[in-house]
Amino acid sequence: MIRFEHVSKRYGDSLVLDDLNLEIATGEFTVLIGPSGCGKTTTLKTINRLIEPDKGKIFIDDQDTSQIDKVKLRRSIGYVIQQIGLFPNMTVEQNISVVPKLLNYDKARCNEIVRELLALVNMPYEEYAHKYPSEMSGGQQQRIGVLRALAASPPIVLMDEPFGALDPMTRRILQDEVSKLQKKLNKTIVFVTHDMDEALNMADKIIFMNKGKIVQMAAPEEMLENPADDLIRSFMGKHSIDNESLPQTAADFMRSDIYSCYRNRGVREAIQQMARRKVDTLLVKNLDETYAGTVSIKNIRNHGKDMKTIEPLITQENAVSYVDEDAQVCFDKLLNGQDSYVVVLNHDQTIAGIVTKTSMAKSLADAVWGDSQ
Amino acid sequence: MTLNMVMSHFYLVAAAVVLTIVIGVPLGILAYFYKSVRKIILWIVEVLQTMPALALLGIIMVFMGAGKPTVIIGLLLYSLLPVVQNTYIGLSEVDPAIKEVAQGMGMTKLYRLWHVEMPIAFPLIFTGVRIATVTSVGTAVFAAFVGGGGLGSLIYRGIRISNMAMILSGTFVLMVMAVGCDGIMSYIEKRLYRRFSPAKPYNE
Amino acid sequence: MSHFIALYGKRLSSAIITHFWYVVISITIAFIIAFILGILLSRMPRRANLILPVISVFQTIPGIVFIGLLFLYNGMVPSTVVIALTIYAIFPILKNTYVGIINVSEDFKEAAKGCGMSPFQILMKVEVPLALPSIITGLRISTVYTVSWAVLAAMIGLGGLGELIYAGVSSNNNTLIIAGAIPAAIMALLFSLAIDLLRKALIPKQLRRDNK
Ligand SMILES: Nc1ncnc2c1ncn2[C@@H]1O[C@H](COP(=O)(O)OP(=O)(O)OP(=O)(O)O)[C@@H](O)[C@H]1O
Ligand SMILES: [Mg+2]
Repeated sequence: MIRFEHVSKRYGDSLVLDDLNLEIATGEFTVLIGPSGCGKTTTLKTINRLIEPDKGKIFIDDQDTSQIDKVKLRRSIGYVIQQIGLFPNMTVEQNISVVPKLLNYDKARCNEIVRELLALVNMPYEEYAHKYPSEMSGGQQQRIGVLRALAASPPIVLMDEPFGALDPMTRRILQDEVSKLQKKLNKTIVFVTHDMDEALNMADKIIFMNKGKIVQMAAPEEMLENPADDLIRSFMGKHSIDNESLPQTAADFMRSDIYSCYRNRGVREAIQQMARRKVDTLLVKNLDETYAGTVSIKNIRNHGKDMKTIEPLITQENAVSYVDEDAQVCFDKLLNGQDSYVVVLNHDQTIAGIVTKTSMAKSLADAVWGDSQ
Repeated sequence: MTLNMVMSHFYLVAAAVVLTIVIGVPLGILAYFYKSVRKIILWIVEVLQTMPALALLGIIMVFMGAGKPTVIIGLLLYSLLPVVQNTYIGLSEVDPAIKEVAQGMGMTKLYRLWHVEMPIAFPLIFTGVRIATVTSVGTAVFAAFVGGGGLGSLIYRGIRISNMAMILSGTFVLMVMAVGCDGIMSYIEKRLYRRFSPAKPYNE
Repeated sequence: MSHFIALYGKRLSSAIITHFWYVVISITIAFIIAFILGILLSRMPRRANLILPVISVFQTIPGIVFIGLLFLYNGMVPSTVVIALTIYAIFPILKNTYVGIINVSEDFKEAAKGCGMSPFQILMKVEVPLALPSIITGLRISTVYTVSWAVLAAMIGLGGLGELIYAGVSSNNNTLIIAGAIPAAIMALLFSLAIDLLRKALIPKQLRRDNK
């Protein structure tokens, strides 16, 4: 776990980090995002003490980093930067084994590490280990940069716009690779970007910074759904959409893993289900699986205390759409109505799914950049 | 020390540099245009620069006798490298897109060279000339040994008659001349670079 | 030819040997001093715009001046030549070491820092290797010039190939001039060839930009 406590940094007159407080859980993929100059890089570098804060403390697993020897600290934290970063005077193998060598691992072990890591990204050892950075493409170089950061199995890896200089395709591929590596190796990753797509694609948690402060810290969907201010919204707005490849019908935008219950269920049971799933409404089905309506926690709170079943609380006011309905019509219902989702029905009146703002954005993103799963 | 000595030193350098430009730039252009002679040209100017100055002057003297022409030719051969090399590099590093555009407009090879490539390569060529000039100021000292005059004879005489002041004053003037040339030409160079798109200069 | 060898052979071979040692000894000492000095100077890069011009100005002093001045102080002994050539040879190596190191991009240094290298490790594993092309270029310039200025050892009667050239020039004996000049030229070429080989051995092919 990484914890910032009242961290401030000043360059001359400008306060670059303004009393920063945050916590990054172990194994979490955290993305720092924000406009240029907002202090992302500075925040990141205070973690491995490339920059020392003026005030405040940073803890890693409850240990005050200012008490740890800088050089030792850095060897235990992986670090990837946007610019080349690979040492041009060293081969791939030498680059990857820089930190293991600093830690005095023996030759055999270094070699083993190199082989394992190259295998992780499908770059055959024989082909790549003895190449120099200048002999590889930008994408390949940056892969090696990532591997180098992972070489000594640091629990934490810091990445500062690692893919900033790559073309969108390569970028996308590397994002997926890093996501996979992170899940597989269970690293805590702090990742800086100014690209919202990248953040949405990779993050467990997004920290949006502006002027040295945290504006919003939330999961990607949450941020998409409830951006804290106009600046964040405009960052999201970048999700440019290519009309031609767009999916056309409501079904294309819905999520089908929905929570529903039968109309004869008890109020208490419904409340429990809502609590467990962290939702505020449930879809209700008739016994023959057809759509009956919805029941909301608000309704239950206002009227449902004495009821036995949810049946009387069911309303049919929620917007409904059909699977083959034009996506645009469906969006209108979602965006212009009061409801937080549109129920999508099959033609036999059974429930097919719901379209939420999140599912909509996700499908759009998938349509534009390819399926992320 | 007489003003005469300073002037004759300056004359040796100036004459050599002018000749270097007159011969070096076309050689650089040749190297740029014709792949077949490129290697040979670049190799020869490099070998020439490797030669010990006095050895080179001695050999020339065998053919031309003692005197200023020997020194000037020696300095010329000695200074070709930076000028030829920078001309070649400057021309070949002109952005291919620009060359293509020029070609697309229907310019001939020579027209293009004169109106597009040379102007772009000019700052780099100038850098070569500057390096050649500054180096020549120092190398021209050898003139003293083959009857070419200049500040070298002053220093040489100082050494022979153990006159420290003479050596130092000769050296001082020489340094002023070298630093002065370098300063003035660097200044022009910087302005050139600001005006043209720079390529990577040849540096000692 | 055989006549020539009978006449000058011994003089020539001893001149070559003397010349060779002048160069090798001066360059070796100069390199060690300049390399260390260059590294030390590079630790204070803020003074760069002060240090560099000073080195460059000193570089404009012709070798003859060092030889002449030392001759006045030190007399007609071989150490005069060696010390003078050493001092002269320091400047190009020093400048190129210094420039090579301070030109190593911040990115690499930061990446090295981020990897947890100590300042000394950064110097030895990143800065010096990346500055090596520049350092070797400096070595080459120094060597070529030293071969050239070593010719002047003869000016103060201390032998070397200059002796033949010198004697030839003053007695108008072309054979003698050639006998000194050609070996000197060949020696210069061989030295620069040796340095090219060194360069190839030390710098991976991928890092060599074929300018120097
Ligand atoms: N060494 C420094 N001296 C003075 N100011 C600095 C220094 N380093 C950074 N700053 C300033 O601190 C602010 C934050 O810099 P930082 O590099 O953290 O921004 P960033 O969010 O990473 O921006 P970007 O997206 O452009 O990389 C900027 O205004 C920058 O100009
Ligand atoms: Mg940054």
